[in-house]
Amino acid sequence: MNELPIEPRQTPIIGPGYTYASVTDKISSIVLTKKTPKGWLIGFGISFILTMMLLFAVTYLLVKGVGIWGINIPVGWGFAIINFVWWIGIGHAGTLISAILLLLRQEWRTSINRFAEAMTLFAVSCAGLYPLLHLGRPWFAYWLIPYPNTMDMWPQFRSPLVWDVFAVTTYATVSLLFWYVGLIPDLATLRDRSSTRFGRILYGILAMGWRGSAIHWHRYEVAYLLLAGLATPLVVSVHTVVSFDFAISILPGWHTTIFPPYFVAGAIYSGFAMVMVLTIPIRAAYGLQDFITMRHLQNMAKVMLATGLIVAYGYLMEIFMAWYSASSYEQFVVSNRWTGPYRVAYWALILMNVIIPQTLWFRRVRNSVLGLFLVAMSVNIGMWLERFVIVVTSLHRDFLPSSWGMYYPTVWDWATFAGTIGLFLALLFLFIRFLPMISIFEMRTLVPGTEAK
Amino acid sequence: MSNSTLGSHEPADRLRMEDVRERLANKSGPRFWQSLDELAETPEFMKFLHGEFPDVAAAPSNLDRREFLALVAASLALTGLTACSSTVPEKIVPYVRQPEEAVPGRPLFFASAFSSAGYGAGVLVESHLGRPTKIEGNPEHPASRGSADAFTQASILTLYDPDRSQVITNGGRIATWDAFITSMSTELDGARTRRGEGVRFLTETVTSPTLGDQMRRILAQFPSAKWHRYDPLSRTSGDHAVYHFDKADVIVSLDSDFLLQHPDHLRNARDFTSRRRPATDGGMNRLYVIESTPSITGAMADQRVAARSRDVVQTARQLSVSMGGGSASGPGQDTNQQWLNAVIKDLNAHRGRSVIVPGEYQTQELHAIARDLNMSLGNVGQTVEYTSPVEEDAVDHMQSLAALVDDMRNGRVDMLFVIGGNPVYTAPSDLEFGQSLSRVRLRTHLGLYDDETSELCQWHIPETHFLESWGDIRSFDGTATIQQPLIEPLYGSKSAYEILSAVLGDSTKSPYEIVRDYWQQSNPQGDQFEAWWRKSVHDGVVAESKPRPAAAQSPSRGLPPAAQTEQMPTGLEVVIRPDPCVLDGRFANNAWLQELPKPVTKLTWDNAALISPATAQRLGLATEDVIEIRSEGRSVQAPVWIAPGQANESITLFLGYGRTRAGRIGSNRGYDANRIRTSASPWLLPNVEIRKTGSRYPLASTQHQSSMEDRATVRFATIDQFKENPRFAPEARPEPERSDSLYPEFVSSTDYAWGMAIDLSTCIGCNACTVACQAENNIPVVGKDQVANGRAMHWLRIDRYFHGDIDQPEIFFQPVLCMHCEKAPCEPVCPVGATTHSAEGLNEMTYNRCVGTRYCSNNCPYKVRRFNFLDYAYRDTSPVLSLLRNPNVTVRSRGVMEKCTYCVQRINQARITAKDEDRQIRDGEILTACQATCPADAIVFGNTADPESRVSRLKAESRNYGLLAELNTRPRTTYLAKITNPNPELKQ
Repeated sequence: MNELPIEPRQTPIIGPGYTYASVTDKISSIVLTKKTPKGWLIGFGISFILTMMLLFAVTYLLVKGVGIWGINIPVGWGFAIINFVWWIGIGHAGTLISAILLLLRQEWRTSINRFAEAMTLFAVSCAGLYPLLHLGRPWFAYWLIPYPNTMDMWPQFRSPLVWDVFAVTTYATVSLLFWYVGLIPDLATLRDRSSTRFGRILYGILAMGWRGSAIHWHRYEVAYLLLAGLATPLVVSVHTVVSFDFAISILPGWHTTIFPPYFVAGAIYSGFAMVMVLTIPIRAAYGLQDFITMRHLQNMAKVMLATGLIVAYGYLMEIFMAWYSASSYEQFVVSNRWTGPYRVAYWALILMNVIIPQTLWFRRVRNSVLGLFLVAMSVNIGMWLERFVIVVTSLHRDFLPSSWGMYYPTVWDWATFAGTIGLFLALLFLFIRFLPMISIFEMRTLVPGTEAK
Repeated sequence: MSNSTLGSHEPADRLRMEDVRERLANKSGPRFWQSLDELAETPEFMKFLHGEFPDVAAAPSNLDRREFLALVAASLALTGLTACSSTVPEKIVPYVRQPEEAVPGRPLFFASAFSSAGYGAGVLVESHLGRPTKIEGNPEHPASRGSADAFTQASILTLYDPDRSQVITNGGRIATWDAFITSMSTELDGARTRRGEGVRFLTETVTSPTLGDQMRRILAQFPSAKWHRYDPLSRTSGDHAVYHFDKADVIVSLDSDFLLQHPDHLRNARDFTSRRRPATDGGMNRLYVIESTPSITGAMADQRVAARSRDVVQTARQLSVSMGGGSASGPGQDTNQQWLNAVIKDLNAHRGRSVIVPGEYQTQELHAIARDLNMSLGNVGQTVEYTSPVEEDAVDHMQSLAALVDDMRNGRVDMLFVIGGNPVYTAPSDLEFGQSLSRVRLRTHLGLYDDETSELCQWHIPETHFLESWGDIRSFDGTATIQQPLIEPLYGSKSAYEILSAVLGDSTKSPYEIVRDYWQQSNPQGDQFEAWWRKSVHDGVVAESKPRPAAAQSPSRGLPPAAQTEQMPTGLEVVIRPDPCVLDGRFANNAWLQELPKPVTKLTWDNAALISPATAQRLGLATEDVIEIRSEGRSVQAPVWIAPGQANESITLFLGYGRTRAGRIGSNRGYDANRIRTSASPWLLPNVEIRKTGSRYPLASTQHQSSMEDRATVRFATIDQFKENPRFAPEARPEPERSDSLYPEFVSSTDYAWGMAIDLSTCIGCNACTVACQAENNIPVVGKDQVANGRAMHWLRIDRYFHGDIDQPEIFFQPVLCMHCEKAPCEPVCPVGATTHSAEGLNEMTYNRCVGTRYCSNNCPYKVRRFNFLDYAYRDTSPVLSLLRNPNVTVRSRGVMEKCTYCVQRINQARITAKDEDRQIRDGEILTACQATCPADAIVFGNTADPESRVSRLKAESRNYGLLAELNTRPRTTYLAKITNPNPELKQ
């Protein structure tokens, strides 16, 4: 299929010549094919191996203790928290695309929302591992949950980590529900089209008896809208609460009121970048360019640019406030980031998060699939570096010079990180193979001529 | 139910429990019941039943068979005859005669004395039900006056060291004391016929009157035998000088670390610091220090000059000339004349109230010059006393050792007894002690460890620790202490007294008898002896036991001027010093001391070669570069540590490392400085060559940043500046007004508000508090790699900052512990509420609630919280180490945060005692571990709600400030700013 030329308006968000049937066929055939593509097997194989590495790293961690990582005093948080925030941030794009763009009636969300929402779920799963694993005594993690107990103890509710518990579990629950409810009509489609008995039974159970009747559709729309409404504030609240992990503390570099909006913008930024990084190869591999068109990619690029500018504003404000505050501790954080031992990370961050994405202003870059992929990759790495810089540079040199130290991640830090990437990809590969990665029924609404009916 | 209830009557058909037991023995389940059934039929049982349960026996018809059997079983069970018991009954026996004072749960304190290079420092040892767990100073003892140093505190770990030797060995095989005695007796009988020809004894410094007496009797029995002494820490020259720094206004230290590396350092520290507070009676003293290696004495100096070791001698000569006497010619650079003039002027202005202190490891010439200067200034008898040596039969140790080696090499030694010490390792390498030792036919070693020396000896006898045996010892000023044991020897150890007693022919006498007999015979009091003995042992001090001072000698001792003996050395010099933590290696296997950061360098687990920044730059060296140092054909490789404050063109090497057989902790660490040492000049190598090897060696330090970065952590001023602006310290970073807060002030419901004040003017940075805290609170040791990764577990650390010119920096110490902030940042961020605030002001840490998120540590601006990243507490599972632990303090598992608790166990103990006695807790009743041990009395803990308490009065001083108080944490631990007293004529 050729890429359509870009026209300012009326750019179609679906390729020409599609009907209900052909849309459904194309998407469901990816799932219902009997022959698993070789590329999928290789991809899943690698992810699975990385997931096994995660299992090994986690087992060793539980046996030996958190000391196998590079954390120390003063840097009590390292890769675990950096990756936690990174993964949660990535998840925000899915919710924004699914929920907020739905409420704003942006039709171009249809071909990417299922995939993005799945990505959110898997990202939140990976993220959710870390608050458990980084505990010194993870077998008591349930003490952070308010449950009536014989000790007569409740969690200490003033702590942002307890707020995290509520925020992340709410986010995971609502995302799961939202995603699942949205899947129901498509699961019914798969049930009806499946050629194997096993497929019919499995999808049949999951479709929960969907018949596609008017009442079903009505209930569906109501439920979906409600869930979208529920999920919308989560886009803002979840990462705000995560940012409180830092903002509530007294550390210079953490203790700043710009963190909530800054983190939320950063989350959307990294989330969209991850969606781009994933959809570009997948659309090429599965030939979905007619559904995930250049317009989709360009829109996502524009959202990235916008949030990237907000993030850049956040960086500028941090620097300005450090100067304006006249606090030597705040000023030192900035100068330490610029010239201290972690300056390479900081300047790489500026390059990858601020400078490279400015190329998105240029139409040539927005039109180039490779260019978009590279910029999105750069943003992903840059956002990871941002969390690294925030966590490590504030901790390693704080108030008393005598307690200054350094943080060096160990092989187990990297193994766990790579393992979660493996878990994420493995889940994604499974998702692509067994569930429709594009929302079939919503794509059908985009077929031209449907409104006429 | 015992047999007694069955009465004393013995009818023939009485149910005999033994029979029943036999019948039911080894039966269980259905067979038991079957046997029981059979038993129920017997007339004996019916009689028994009538006797025990008349009601039951009277109404058997109401019961069916099952109920009846159940009753039978129950009644038998009550007699203890159930079939289930297969264990041997253990009898728990309470005290048959409980000692009046022993209350289980309350520790007892016993007086003894710790041997610090042979000199005694009085201690009180805390004993929990017969097990010593903690050492404190003995307030009655003049040397310690209640304080104890890091070595004393750590010696409790040596007692329970799993690597201590436990059995007598002969040629590597386990032997018995009797076998040793038998073998020795035969040998000694032979030697006796030869009048002891070829018999030699080698001991360390002996101040024990009993031991000295035994040796003299041995030498009487064996007139041709010789008694050699070698203690690596002994001074090579000089008189026995006892200082009284509290009487001195001006002190000049010529390369003397009198606050730490001196046999009397506890007294010195206390006396010196008593004159460091700005408000002290008599005014602040002034300390001039000229030294080559940065030491804690140098850190306390008001004026410090870093100069090469031989330049210190030159300075002394110049001083001597200016004060009228002695020659100034000789090698070495001239010290700044202005500096010298100021010193001279000051000394002259304080005649009789000044003191010149020569370095312990400096030359004889320097000691002589110092003595002459002290005499001419009229200081003798005031600030310094020259007494006859306290050491029994004092000799020059190096000469004694060299004589022994010479005799050994020439085959003149037949039997050698090494009583304590480790000369194979500690002897300077040019003597080749180990090689010479192999020429001795019969070699016996008594030592705490199976070490380098015992490896080369046939007989090795494990030595008792000072806490395991009776003994006696004199402190540096001559005060004698009778040491009493706190615990039976853990292993088959013997003390030196028993060995020598065996040599004298009596191998059955216990150390108690030996020591007691000596005192009875030398101090006869008739029937008063028992009372005298008990009082002396109880007090830890033998009253009136100081020796008389020696008569003052004439000033000139006729030493030749130094110019004759030396060429003009121009190259780098190497200064060798005992390590500040493991000394000469005797503490190499003590994990607490290995992990203790050395006071000025903050290095752990290794020794390094200290080089000044300027010299390092000249030679192109960086920290951790390994260099080879070569002198007179011998060499040693050592990693470099760039030390601000080190003299230029002078490298300092430390002893105590590079050991091969120290145990698991101390072996194969660092380099062995003895390899390059000579017996002619054991503390100084005037001309060495350096070569870069190109390799690097990682060093683990606990503090990486030494600059205060303008953050006013240690606030300091000269006394003039302080008088001008008394509130300079709190005003440097003002605390926010209490009224600025929106929250109401917390009103305490109790009478106590605990707080602490630390006086930076008096803290000398000696590390005693760090080890005391480790001992009291069961703090684990983590090892070098973990320390390098910032995971040291010390709850109390001493921060060390350099300030000013990097070549001649000022050095500051600041002990940092949990501040117990009233508005603690750690408390609101703990998700499970594991850290809370008590009504008395303590920030509490609840270990069993902690899940280990480490948010509290991140939010603590002082970074005083320590986390158990791995299973530190339980890694070494040697059973003997569990005896070491303080039973009043939890041992923390992995994944749990911990920090200073203001010794809450001591607070609670005091509260209980006060409640029992229906009174308030008195000021000074609670001494935290750090406070109790501090020789400088720098740490004061108490009730801030009581305005009359010592801590309240200190906090009311104008130089009191809170660290990082500008963050509004409201720390309960505050600091008193450091006031220095520099000479106004010297603009430093």
